[in-house]
Amino acid sequence: MTPRWRWWFLGALFLAVVIAAIYLPILRRNIRQAAKLQQRSEEQARRELTQPTVINPSDPKVKAKLFWASGADDGTLSAVTVELPLSKDPVLRSKQVLNTLLAGPVDTELRTLPPDAALLAFYLLPDGTAIGDFSEALATSIPSGIESEQLAVDSITKTLEANVPQVRRLKILIHGQEVETLAGHLDLSQAFVVNANAGPGPRAAGLPSPSAATPALTPAAATVKLAEPTRKP
Amino acid sequence: MLLDVGRFVQNTIHAKFWLALFGLVACFAALTGPAFSSAGQASAPAAPQQTPPVPAPGQPAAGATGGAAQTAGAAPRAGLNIVVLDPAHGGTDLGARGTGGIHESDIVLEFAAQVRTALESQGFQVVQTRQGNANPSFDDRSAMANAQRGAIFVTLHIASTGVPGTARVYVLNDMAPSADATGLIPWDRAQAPFVSLSRKLGNQVQALLAQRFKGSPAGAQTASVRQLRTTAAPAIAVEISSVTVEDRGQLDHMAPGVADAIARGAAAFRPTYVVPANPGERP
Repeated sequence: MTPRWRWWFLGALFLAVVIAAIYLPILRRNIRQAAKLQQRSEEQARRELTQPTVINPSDPKVKAKLFWASGADDGTLSAVTVELPLSKDPVLRSKQVLNTLLAGPVDTELRTLPPDAALLAFYLLPDGTAIGDFSEALATSIPSGIESEQLAVDSITKTLEANVPQVRRLKILIHGQEVETLAGHLDLSQAFVVNANAGPGPRAAGLPSPSAATPALTPAAATVKLAEPTRKP
Repeated sequence: MLLDVGRFVQNTIHAKFWLALFGLVACFAALTGPAFSSAGQASAPAAPQQTPPVPAPGQPAAGATGGAAQTAGAAPRAGLNIVVLDPAHGGTDLGARGTGGIHESDIVLEFAAQVRTALESQGFQVVQTRQGNANPSFDDRSAMANAQRGAIFVTLHIASTGVPGTARVYVLNDMAPSADATGLIPWDRAQAPFVSLSRKLGNQVQALLAQRFKGSPAGAQTASVRQLRTTAAPAIAVEISSVTVEDRGQLDHMAPGVADAIARGAAAFRPTYVVPANPGERP
């Protein structure tokens, strides 16, 4: 190799390095954006598939009470009043309020359930036992711990208690399966009491007493913050 | 004829052989019999250690009015002297995970070592559900507590939420009393008769934790903790916040205070707890 060719070769190499240094960050940014878009579209697709539009605008609008974290970082819940067209059918009504709960509050810090969790199915037995089948994300994406897991379940049971009086108790399934715990702590093998006095059926043996229905993480004297009625999409 | 003589001789030899053997056995029995019988008499009272029946998962625990354990009702009542300490998770179950690589399963094991020392200094015997990186099942951990008499159960957790530097005690919700016709407590509801005692213990420990760690609640809270449900003893879950701390030293710094609160809380609970006569029995 002559010295002249060597200079040409080194020049070309230097140019390639400069181009790579400029191009690589742009490429990385584009990949990140694409991944984010894909993730968003996946979540959207999952929601569309698993959550059929159950909000019927012709249903009468009622003030639904939804329970999200209070924001005090003390493991308590706050009730937020949201005006929603809710069906009179208890199953449909349960799906409507739970889907709104899963969609989350405006302030994402007050979420009690993971954003990618979805309600797959909801059944109500004649004795008032409801079965809520949630996607796996409820168990895998929730922060692990007694406080956070109890808060998640409390937000579901209290929301059902406030809006669907026919539901006496709730059994939570994850992706159609009965699981022992939510994320390693909270017991999902038994049903949670929702409305102890509702429904026609007798109280099943083996369930916590009615006093256990009121989640202890929300003290009786807790301040209930009522937001201005807002329309949830 | 010759054949008959041969058979006669053979029979005679056999008869003599059996007679001799019988005589030997009789002599041996006569010589050694009293020794055996006295040894048997001596060893019988020397085995009073009645191994308490450990109800297997899925089987009912011994109850108040029935069950095999009830037959040992004459057993003397012992005071509260055992603490079953449960560092949660372990093995492939890491528990809560922090961004800085902090794992709940590791930290609770280190906390347990300090809690153990503090409890032993209060005169308790400590039974730990796991020593290393094992992961016994919920039922196996409960079984260790249910096999003890005069025990309380403390399960240690680190949360992934909550104000860092605070600690909370959880007890189970009230459970409707349930027993079958024999009075046995079903395994999956073993905690039912102990809920009020658990709350008392929980409040005592929580009050001490609140003194140490500002921002912690004043009293024990209730939560449906899986581990507590199958435990037939006063049982609490202690959860410390949190794995989200950037510096692991913050959590390590809490360990002595948590250990002291648990040990002093258990010691304060000791005089108020009348221990059931048998493991698994109603308090």
